[in-house]
Amino acid sequence: MISTITKTMTSTPTAPGRPTGNGAVAATPSDRLAGDKRYKIIEATMRRYGYQGHGLIEALHSAQEAFGYLDDFTLKHISRTLHLPPSKVFGVATFYNLFTLKPQGAHTCVVCLGTACYIKGAREVLAAIEGEYDVKAGGTTRDSQLSLLTARCFGSCALAPVITFDGETIGKVTPTAVAQQIAQRLAAVQQAR
Amino acid sequence: MNLEELNATATSERLARMKKRHHMYVCVGTACQALNSEQIAKALQAALKQSGQSSEVEVKCVGCPGLCSLGPLVEIESQINGQVAPGAAEDERRRSVLYQFVKPEDAGEIVAHLDGEPVKRLETPLNQPFFTRQTKIVLEHCGKIDPERIEDYIAVGGYQALLKVLTEMTPQQVIDEITRSGLRGRGGAGFPTGLKWGTVAKSDPSAYPTNVPEGIQSRKFVICNGDEGDPGAFMDRSVMEGDPHRILEGMAIAAYAVGANQGFIYVRAEYPLAVKRLRTAIRQAQRAGLLGSGIGGTAFSFNVDIRLGAGAFVCGEETALMASIEGGRGVPRPRPPFPAESGLWGCPTLINNVETLANVPPIILKGAAWFASIGTEKSKGTKVFALTGQVTNTGLIEVPMGISLREIVFDIGGGIPGGRQFKAVQTGGPSGGCIPAQFLDMPVDYESLAKVGSIMGSGGMIVMDDSTDMVEVARFFMEFCMDESCGKCIPCRAGTVQMYRILTKIQEGRATRRDIQILEELCDMVKHTSLCGLGQSAPNPVISTLRYFREEYERKVNGAQGSEVSVGSEEWGVGKLTAHSA
Ligand code: SF4
Ligand code: FES
Ligand code: FES
Repeated sequence: MISTITKTMTSTPTAPGRPTGNGAVAATPSDRLAGDKRYKIIEATMRRYGYQGHGLIEALHSAQEAFGYLDDFTLKHISRTLHLPPSKVFGVATFYNLFTLKPQGAHTCVVCLGTACYIKGAREVLAAIEGEYDVKAGGTTRDSQLSLLTARCFGSCALAPVITFDGETIGKVTPTAVAQQIAQRLAAVQQAR
Repeated sequence: MNLEELNATATSERLARMKKRHHMYVCVGTACQALNSEQIAKALQAALKQSGQSSEVEVKCVGCPGLCSLGPLVEIESQINGQVAPGAAEDERRRSVLYQFVKPEDAGEIVAHLDGEPVKRLETPLNQPFFTRQTKIVLEHCGKIDPERIEDYIAVGGYQALLKVLTEMTPQQVIDEITRSGLRGRGGAGFPTGLKWGTVAKSDPSAYPTNVPEGIQSRKFVICNGDEGDPGAFMDRSVMEGDPHRILEGMAIAAYAVGANQGFIYVRAEYPLAVKRLRTAIRQAQRAGLLGSGIGGTAFSFNVDIRLGAGAFVCGEETALMASIEGGRGVPRPRPPFPAESGLWGCPTLINNVETLANVPPIILKGAAWFASIGTEKSKGTKVFALTGQVTNTGLIEVPMGISLREIVFDIGGGIPGGRQFKAVQTGGPSGGCIPAQFLDMPVDYESLAKVGSIMGSGGMIVMDDSTDMVEVARFFMEFCMDESCGKCIPCRAGTVQMYRILTKIQEGRATRRDIQILEELCDMVKHTSLCGLGQSAPNPVISTLRYFREEYERKVNGAQGSEVSVGSEEWGVGKLTAHSA
């Protein structure tokens, strides 16, 4: 899930509906829906559930996968299409931890704080990353390069403590080496660009 | 597919298998995949091609065989060269070698040693207690079959139970068989499965108002709860990833027994591999006529859909889970009515967890008596645990109920690494408790665990050594419950915050004895007044650490400089509240 999010984000640095470079605001809603292929993906999901309310969570999943996060416009579009009050759509989008209403950084690092990782020192690992990149868990670095998130168990507990970088699992990390491991990967992706 | 076609497929698969001299099983479970095990499979195939053995050796990508801490694992099963007694059983004709920490670069060497001595530097004994002490029912195919091929599952007897049920048994007979087996829910509380099935089967869908969406025909539902939220536990994940058809078969049998035609598997979105493999499995089963309408040529129809969770622990609770499937916020509601009478969209609904359903096909095939012969008086069968923490062998194990904690930790788990001492084992996650060393010889079953203040839970088992700070452990779980509380009812919403604050205060050395007292009162109140299981069990880690490791709390409090008046509780009026209710 996380890896797809990041991939989409890197390939589309400008999120939908942001003011364009010269200050003009993006086109009208219908233009936007027609002009952006990603809405077709969301549409397909909603159609699969017969445009009924019980497809809401699935629709939000595909929207987040397509755009990296859920913006106002998309939420309202989903609410209209499924004939649900916006309050319900916003309520659901904010209830679940996996949905985010904020754009994410170009790369994502997730630190597992599940029990197995916690017992093996995940808190120190998190603190080390926070210190090195001057960012708090849940935040994004000032240069928008790295979002730091936490999770409860990736199911790779045998490799505890575990972090992921853009979906790649890195096991048995230590507070001393972890910043270096992230830096290497950041440098590698930036060079590849 | 009907029974004959199923048998034909199974036979031809087995024959094809026997033609190969060697079978290589490369683990592509989550932990090994994270270590690039798919590359190993590719490298092995390339090495085989180079040495011209491709046609004699089969490389299979399989689910987790359990010993993740030594991963990536590759198991090689070979036909024994030379003399074998005529009429020897299948497994006497084969020998197995297990390789640990395999890297793609090792492929050439492994292939070169196929017919000779095993590669010593990679070999790990298969006769170590980790393997010999286990009894595998639920995990019997994990690590042996390719989870993305339905033929593999059929070859090991898959879908036989379903067709047997459909052609030879009445729904009531199925329910009776499950009841006799003594199977209990593996999701936590251990409710008797047969009883649950019986209730759903008897429930009348028109007894309560329903609002089933258009396009869904069924008026009863079967839900597989794959929302494994307990942090540090990955049993269900391994089954979904390693043997997905088993779950579908279990669901279909349950659906036939209770009279449902539609099922849902609710999986965490954090488990993308499990979702993918389940989707593949559903597609294959539909194509083979083992799901869908007219299964196996009978009149029975059953469809399965997958629903993704979105990161809410509370959705493990039945009523919250159903609210989430309906597309809403995962908020629990009061029971009764119980889901068995009025559940999903108001219809009678059977909710079982992954492991429970995975136990169903073997019970049908081998009989209730066989299953009931394993385990203890009241806890039958086996239990899968995710063994993690400060223990040498971490991974997934399946043991008969009634085994002692000592055997699990010291024999199977290989003891505590680094010359440290065992301190406690935590079971049941945020709803469970810590079990200290004095109970190491206690049998592991539902009742015994409850007696010492923990629960079986879904199967997380975290070993802690003497360096672990128990107050910190309690605080960790309280923080978890505080974050995950859905906020519907006040005892849990506010109580978890208060308890977390007091625990923090204790940790920071600002607390007094009075705080421990308030903490205990809060535990009692939250436990007895919360609406759902999350709140009711949230105090358990605190209660059990207070019970067995009280001196740790007291040491921190005695060293504290705080005044006798507890500021935190006055501020929030909690002191008064509990004083009144007491
Ligand atoms: S006990 Fe907690 S999780 Fe359960 S309904 Fe109440 S607030 Fe929600
Ligand atoms: S607790 Fe960290 S991966 Fe499971
Ligand atoms: S994931 Fe490979 S052994 Fe568990």
